[in-house]
Amino acid sequence: MLEKPKRKNPVLRTRLPTLPPAARSRVALGLTAAAALGRFELQQCRDCGTVQYPPREACQQCLSVHLPWNPQSGKGELLSSTVLHHSNDLFFRERLPWRLGLVHLDCGPTVVAHLHGGVPPAPARVRVAARLDRAGQAVLVALPEKETSNMANDRQLREFTCDPKFRKVLVTDGKTAAGQAIVKALARAGAELIWVGYAEPWKKFSGFDELSRVSQVTLLPLDVTDSKNVRELAAEIGGKVDILVNNAEHHRAFGIGNRAGVETARAEMDVNYFGLLRLAQEFGPALRARGADGLASAVAWVNVLSIYALANFPPHGTFSASKAAAHSLAQCLRAEMRPAGVRVVNVFPGPIDDEWNQLLPPPKVAAAGLAEAIVRALRDGVEDVYPGDVAQEWLARWRDNPKALERELSS
Amino acid sequence: MTRKGYEGVVVAVPVSVPYVRYSIRAAHWWLARCISEILKSAGLKKDAIDGLSVSSFTLAPDSAIGLTQHLGLSPRWLDHVPLGGASGVVALRRAARAVQAGDADIVACIAGDTNHVDSFRLTLANFSQFARDAVYPYGAGGPNASFAFLTAYYMRAYGATRADFGKLCVAQRANALKYSHALFKKPLTLEEYLSARPIAEPLHLFDCVMPCAGAEGFLVLSEERAKALGIAFAALMGTIERHNAFAADPVQMRAGWALDREELYAQAGAGPGDMDFVQTYDDYPVISLLQLEDLGFCAKGEAPAFVRKHSFTHDGSFPLNTSGGQLSVGQAGAAGGFLGMVEALRQLTRQAHARQVEDAKLGLVSGFGMINFDRGLGSGAAILGC
Repeated sequence: MLEKPKRKNPVLRTRLPTLPPAARSRVALGLTAAAALGRFELQQCRDCGTVQYPPREACQQCLSVHLPWNPQSGKGELLSSTVLHHSNDLFFRERLPWRLGLVHLDCGPTVVAHLHGGVPPAPARVRVAARLDRAGQAVLVALPEKETSNMANDRQLREFTCDPKFRKVLVTDGKTAAGQAIVKALARAGAELIWVGYAEPWKKFSGFDELSRVSQVTLLPLDVTDSKNVRELAAEIGGKVDILVNNAEHHRAFGIGNRAGVETARAEMDVNYFGLLRLAQEFGPALRARGADGLASAVAWVNVLSIYALANFPPHGTFSASKAAAHSLAQCLRAEMRPAGVRVVNVFPGPIDDEWNQLLPPPKVAAAGLAEAIVRALRDGVEDVYPGDVAQEWLARWRDNPKALERELSS
Repeated sequence: MTRKGYEGVVVAVPVSVPYVRYSIRAAHWWLARCISEILKSAGLKKDAIDGLSVSSFTLAPDSAIGLTQHLGLSPRWLDHVPLGGASGVVALRRAARAVQAGDADIVACIAGDTNHVDSFRLTLANFSQFARDAVYPYGAGGPNASFAFLTAYYMRAYGATRADFGKLCVAQRANALKYSHALFKKPLTLEEYLSARPIAEPLHLFDCVMPCAGAEGFLVLSEERAKALGIAFAALMGTIERHNAFAADPVQMRAGWALDREELYAQAGAGPGDMDFVQTYDDYPVISLLQLEDLGFCAKGEAPAFVRKHSFTHDGSFPLNTSGGQLSVGQAGAAGGFLGMVEALRQLTRQAHARQVEDAKLGLVSGFGMINFDRGLGSGAAILGC
């Protein structure tokens, strides 16, 4: 059972982050690519259908080199288990004892997996899933066959997830419907404290009173286009933030030819791109330093991007460009946060059901849907999230043929 | 087609370079000491060695060929056997073929590794592609974790208890006390074994070998040549090797011996009951049990009963790992795969001193190596006689 962490003794040294072993062969990164999206996929031979693991360069059955990664159920039987009391690696040494299982998957191969505390001794039915570990690489986790209510509290599983429970969160914009839904979802998920930023504090915004009534919430003036404001806020609360959700966004329609001048595009860039950069420069180092700070360590940085970051949607052309820039910067941030085990979660929603997407046909992502997707991603330890049917379809099209998507979006 | 026998091939000059827990020397130093000791014992000059077989984990970036220049050797037959615990049997089998074919007259088979304070961790992290991708990121327990799975499964499937494994460890320690090179010098009781701290449950401290530095070696040559040199030898009666056997088994409860043992015993013209001693590869006691079963000393699943029936000391009812095995001597990397072979040779050439198995005429040596992912891939066995 997970208990609320005790108040930290400020005199004690904060343990520095270590990472589990991160080296993988290139072919093994197929597992990571799927796990980043919350999927469990294994190599399955296109010619003979054999599912195999560990990842190989050729099919061990028929030697075919056509080995697409296909989704698997992960169901299997726990053959045996062990509890490590000794490890050769610093990360695990600091987290002993550590439970592992040998699982025979129904789809064929036998795998070594981290073993959830709720799984009974062998023989037992389990469900194997792929999770990103703190090094950002995929690992297999054997979970109880049936979902239980407090499964996420498992000490080992929590090392792979970014569960908001007992954590302190900064949401950078509380003025939008989406921002307010995110705050409420985090509060329901058990976040201990939620700082909510709002620009132009002289204007009271719709929903302000409702937010103020959420017991965990503290509202703070925050304008991500104001470097001094961001710096001062980081100095004040940066060392306490465990999860930062950057949802501040400037969104206008039209592409290039339907607007004169660059002011609108510059404003988009100032919030969507430079806003992220300012936050990353001021809050990034503080989060990095607290990557191993006990049960409620700094764990995640969430960027609300847009599916338009993958391929430009000409009717929202400059907005798409600003989100593409933010996506690129988020990849840089991800690389810089990785040594501390702090996960950068990029959220690529389809069009959100707000005034700036008024002219787009449904389905559109509801504010609450976006918020739930973010909390679920944190709980499942997912790195890239595509909420909504439009985002899912664009993603599928983009993965299949990016050039085709470009043509489709421009027609 | 039945394969040819190994008639006329003998094994001689068992050499052990005394082990140390940690060494600041490179693997080359240990291998050099080994070959120089072999030459001294056999009364040979360096040029007489025209075949060389090398096994080592820590020789990198060199391999066997680099070692020839390092040590000023010029063999006309060269083998690199990176097979860990199977390397002793495999090196012997291949060298025997070279001698039979006339590719080499005298083959020195050597295995050695150094052990710096951090070498073991580095070896584990990069042991194999599968280990790096699919084992090491899971707690970095190394072989302890892999064998914990096999041990736990074996206990559940066949009713083995910790005391069964403990009995082997205690008996081997008794043997080791009569082997001066063993790193463990204190007696071990079953109570001490059972109350040791857990490492990777169900494995506890005395189930695990201790990594160390050291080297082992021997010569393979024709019987005439050995007689001409006037050195004591044992005949190679039969030998097998097999890799990645039973790949479809979901968990390893058997290895290649089970496929090839009939051929092994037919080559030797003897059966399991004729062996005067057995040297198993004992990186963990459960593996000794698998070998006893797969090599036909008892049926699958009956090793626990077999263990309860025998005493396993050099002077007992079933002499096993008579120098103490790796569990009590230490595991000097690839030299661990040579330990049983060198000890068998000492037994058959009457150089085993206080731990001599009385009247030993036939002995079986078994090798097992390379936990690539979830199981050991290489297996081999040899029967030596005098």
